[in-house]
Amino acid sequence: MSEVTFREAFKAAIVEALNDDPRVFLMGEDVGHYGGCYAVSKGLIDQFGTQRIIDTPLSESGFVGAGIGAAMGGMLPIVEVMTVNFSLLALDQIINNAATLRHMSAGQIAVPLVIRMACGAGKQLAAQHSHSFEGFYAHVPGLKVLYPGTIADARYMLKMALADPNPVIIFEHVMLYNQSAELAENNDIAPMEKAVIRKTGSDLSIITWGGCLYKAVAAAEQLQEQGFSIEVVDLRCLRPLDRETIIDSVQRTHKALIVDESWKSVGMSAEISATIAEQAFWYLDAPIRRVCSIEVPFPYAGHLEQACIPQIEQIVAVALEMLTTAIPSEQVTL
Amino acid sequence: MGNDKIHLNRQHLHYLLKQMLRIRRFEERCVTLYSEEKIRGFLHLYNGEEAIAVGVMQALNQDDAVLATYREHGHALARGLSMTSIMAEMFGKQSGCSGGRGGSMHLFDDKLRFFGGNAIVAGALPLAVGLALADKMQQRQLVTCCIFGEGAVAEGEFHESLNLAKLWQLPILFICENNLYAMGTALEIEESNQKIHLKAASYGMTSQVINGMNVIDVEAAAKLACSAIRQGDGPHFIECRTYRFRGHSMFDTQLYRQNSEIEAWKLKGPIVQLTHWLTENKQLTNTELQAIEQDVDAEIEEAVQTADKASVEPVADIFKHLYAEAPHE
Repeated sequence: MSEVTFREAFKAAIVEALNDDPRVFLMGEDVGHYGGCYAVSKGLIDQFGTQRIIDTPLSESGFVGAGIGAAMGGMLPIVEVMTVNFSLLALDQIINNAATLRHMSAGQIAVPLVIRMACGAGKQLAAQHSHSFEGFYAHVPGLKVLYPGTIADARYMLKMALADPNPVIIFEHVMLYNQSAELAENNDIAPMEKAVIRKTGSDLSIITWGGCLYKAVAAAEQLQEQGFSIEVVDLRCLRPLDRETIIDSVQRTHKALIVDESWKSVGMSAEISATIAEQAFWYLDAPIRRVCSIEVPFPYAGHLEQACIPQIEQIVAVALEMLTTAIPSEQVTL
Repeated sequence: MGNDKIHLNRQHLHYLLKQMLRIRRFEERCVTLYSEEKIRGFLHLYNGEEAIAVGVMQALNQDDAVLATYREHGHALARGLSMTSIMAEMFGKQSGCSGGRGGSMHLFDDKLRFFGGNAIVAGALPLAVGLALADKMQQRQLVTCCIFGEGAVAEGEFHESLNLAKLWQLPILFICENNLYAMGTALEIEESNQKIHLKAASYGMTSQVINGMNVIDVEAAAKLACSAIRQGDGPHFIECRTYRFRGHSMFDTQLYRQNSEIEAWKLKGPIVQLTHWLTENKQLTNTELQAIEQDVDAEIEEAVQTADKASVEPVADIFKHLYAEAPHE
């Protein structure tokens, strides 16, 4: 076992894909000569050349659409959008073309495309570089949405995404890039569409994914020290959503806490709450709770930004309320 | 097809005329079927613009790719999609070329490399860039033909795509069908510079404007362009000046233009022009014209009858084709 960073894991996955299949190429803003905005693709242009590591102009709709077209034409493109906020410029191509072409053509067209994008807050990049929009994409049938939160998923999910004949979006949280963990050789990981129990427990389920996973695990460990048994469910894939694993977990623990770095209203946490309410209501011993981001465009100032996003202490506090009170005194949290 | 020399013999001219008549009469029949509520949704007719679809398709090979807009019945027919499968699609039937999921605006046929039928103005341009990029990367000597209206020129995707196409020297034939109205907005109201071919030229690609009402002009220009593209000359752009005789869609009351303008353009129509020229030059007799028309009418009748009798997809199949199941090789 050796320790690697998320950045190295993502990069290793791209290198493996480029080595394994000549149809694979990486395309995006500054992925080549600059080395990638977050240095994930640093040095790849020297290794694979400009034919396979393609710098694009700042035209998200154009090059994401070109990725879709190239996938239709028999290639396996990995398109990098520098940050999820910029991907909004390519929403037309992603939603109106990538997600629809297969169904509208009655199965004649396949779009085996992978779009990677950085997302998440914590680097004081203010409101146009910090958001978590995975819920927007998870809303759309025809897309698959992955969000690796472990080093093994960072290393191996791209491979599964490229093997999938559908458009897959992979989110990479900017605060994870420098985190490191041990990565076993030949890691045997769950299929990309399966949620995984990262920590088993019997008193409460924390359901989360991506950039909040490590916070949920840390909170669970703190609660463990106080004598509580917490289960952590890592969704990994937001569409299709593995509802079965969520329901199974809640049926065992009878309490559900959802941690989501995006806004609470009309988001992923609302969808998961509704799923639990619809399918496991009678198993619940407490109201479903959510720890989400404050509903403002994320500010630049460090203390304000940190106040916006879910924190470990907050998760612990809400969990404790759920674990120690039959009916929470204050149900509305951030 | 695929030859850059244009053969102006009698047989070929009759063929071009017949293709244009197939489109015109098919669409006129669609109007009736629309009022009978056999066809629903939006129906955008191509009347007046037939010379472009027919002319351009003469320049393309079977393996070339075609992308069009929501006004694409003509392109689909000229490309070789069967009239029956198109009509069945309009009827929302299972045997339609898009399994009843696309309708009038989304006709597809992957075997003919006809990739829609895209209802987002300029939405197909980036796809064309990608298809051509894939061809270039896989060293296939193919052309991707992307057809769009002049309304698309105002979209950012038009400029992004032209930039990428020229930057990467991609084998794309851009065909702009300039019918002077983006829905109901006249060209001079929406474009600062109405010489659209100059916008393409500003990206450094070979660009020209031609009479889109003359099928021979279109065929000749498209063949020359395709020939250059196949030789590695990068993208070419052709602005075809044309006019649609009907409204934007069936719901268009055409408050934005005068009847006299429409009537004047009708005199310059592609079918009228070619028929007149052939008759004047004793290349087409009345009997021959009638025979062509009868053929076309019979084909349409057959398509309507077959579509009408075709079965609809069971609702239980609604999730079919949402995701591809089989991994690609």
